[in-house]
Amino acid sequence: MPSDPPSALSAGTTAAGPDPLEARHVLEFPGGYTRSTGPVIGRFLTELRDRRIVGVRTAGARVLVPPLEYDPDTGEAVTGEYVEVGPAGTVQAWAWVRAPRAGHPLDRPFAWATIRLDGADTSLVHAVDAGAAKAMRPGLRVRPRWRERPSGNITDIECFVPEVTMINAPVRAEYRVRPGAALTRFFTKIKDGVILGGRCATCDQVYVPYRTSCPSCGVLIQEEREVADTGTVTTFAINNLPDPRAPEVPFVSAYIMLDGADIPMIALVGGVPAHEVRQGMRVRAVWVPPEERTMSMANIRWFAPTGEPDVDLSAGVPGGGV
Amino acid sequence: MRDVAVVAFAQTAHSGHDTGLTEAETLHPVIEEVRRATGLSRFGFTCSGSCDYLAGAPFSFVSALDALGAWPPISESHVEMDAAFALYEAWVRLQHGDIDSALVYGFGKSSTGDLREVMTLQLDPYYLAPLGLDQVSYAALQAAALGGDRAELDEIVRRSRADGRANPHALDLPDPSGTEYEVEPLRPYDIAPITDGAAAVVLAAGDLARELAETPAYIGGIAHRIEPHYLGMRDLSRSPSAADAARAAGVGKGPVDVAELHVQFSHEEPMLRAALDLPEDTVINPSGGPLAANPVMAAGLIRLGEAARRILDGRARRAVAHATSGPCLQQNLVAVLESAPPSEEGARRG
Repeated sequence: MPSDPPSALSAGTTAAGPDPLEARHVLEFPGGYTRSTGPVIGRFLTELRDRRIVGVRTAGARVLVPPLEYDPDTGEAVTGEYVEVGPAGTVQAWAWVRAPRAGHPLDRPFAWATIRLDGADTSLVHAVDAGAAKAMRPGLRVRPRWRERPSGNITDIECFVPEVTMINAPVRAEYRVRPGAALTRFFTKIKDGVILGGRCATCDQVYVPYRTSCPSCGVLIQEEREVADTGTVTTFAINNLPDPRAPEVPFVSAYIMLDGADIPMIALVGGVPAHEVRQGMRVRAVWVPPEERTMSMANIRWFAPTGEPDVDLSAGVPGGGV
Repeated sequence: MRDVAVVAFAQTAHSGHDTGLTEAETLHPVIEEVRRATGLSRFGFTCSGSCDYLAGAPFSFVSALDALGAWPPISESHVEMDAAFALYEAWVRLQHGDIDSALVYGFGKSSTGDLREVMTLQLDPYYLAPLGLDQVSYAALQAAALGGDRAELDEIVRRSRADGRANPHALDLPDPSGTEYEVEPLRPYDIAPITDGAAAVVLAAGDLARELAETPAYIGGIAHRIEPHYLGMRDLSRSPSAADAARAAGVGKGPVDVAELHVQFSHEEPMLRAALDLPEDTVINPSGGPLAANPVMAAGLIRLGEAARRILDGRARRAVAHATSGPCLQQNLVAVLESAPPSEEGARRG
């Protein structure tokens, strides 16, 4: 691994055990090396201490950030004009550090980036605390996060952070809902283990669950019709997001055309691996024991395969839907 | 200009770990080898390239003189850079005309310290070093600026490592695999391996070159150029200094059979290929290049040696060598090596 630190710096051991001749050697200037900044870099660092970022203008009117003493293009001394830039800027290129090293500015994964600060003609190299690599992209707008006590060092900017482009807005309201007259009637029968539909005399269609008016012609439905708890899967979906009503993920929700009905009803399919569910499969409701039944669809745990041969749906759905 | 040629080249069997030898002990056999090859025991000029920060000891390059035997006193110089830049100094020295031979060598033991952080010490102390920006991180910034094609980069590493396995001086590294990032977008295998090693080259001018080698590898052109140090002042997706050096060295004045490029990160190969404007049919890094063995401070000189070796043994007529120094290809040296002396070439061109 190109990045592995040598054993001398970590453990001082070799495969054969500790090497008595191997010594740890540290190269260091105790307290740090004192360097004069000169007027140009000094101005930048002084402004930084006051939480301002400045660039310097070149004779060619470009703004260099961070300021250099000489224009890298021409070698000419820069002008004495300092220009406040940023503090926001735009990421040009970025590289994601998965495992920060001891000398890095952040102790959690972060990006290195070249950042074109607003008003600058060159880019600043710094760290971006973006949380995850997928939050990074060229063009990302970022702003500095300042150290609590700036001291006149490039690290007075702790790092850059993405500009606010999104907020999380909680939404919550509570209601007391009742099923209405028709569904109350339907649930009364469900409690008894019966699936109730309603037949429109005008259209000759049996709707499940029971309803009091026909959605096609609008007339009052007057005839209750009990339908079977067996039926045929007409279409289905495999769901990979958990749902409190489903026992596990993935689960299958299906349209089931109950025998005797003309409109399919949506329900869970269980007792079979998700990938084996198919259109035309024959299924039967799996009811909870009678003593556990309430006025709720929870009475039907799910629909499970009956083992009967599949129905050929190309000839039309059973029950003679229009 | 005097005709100056590489007449001998030697390198260690590079190691991926500390073999227990000092730098001078690592270096001594390659000095012996070029002395044997040329029959020369003393040289008009000696120039070396190394980095004291690799060993973490001041003047560590002075101890390396023990590998030469510097008594009676020799004319000697040193650059704190890759030895390819020492070769440039030796080439300039030979142009003075009063000496005919020069010994150039470079050595490095990256295994001793942490190369990623040693390289932080070369950065400007005001704006970059305090951030702890390490070598792999700044290379990753350049790779991101380039936005290279992943499949192309994988193939570069695969080819380099396969060529390295066929080269007795390079490391035995497996085909690249894995999808983890070291610093995204760089994967661990995009990074040249930590390597210890040394290399030496003998330059000879005029008649001495023809006496010492049957087909000397003449330096047809050599130049180096530099860019601003601060990464944010540059377009990191291009290497204009490599392009300028290549033009000054005359890369485009003829076909290029072989190019040895100082590629320490896979994305640098397409960048350099474009900057040097190398023809499609040029063979790149047949030695495996630094992605297969990267003895820091010798790896650039080895590019010159590997390119010259192919002229010396008659396998190539015109080769290009490249060496780099500084963060993100800041400084680049390009040399053209030819089987025919430049003066004859010039005479033929009239």
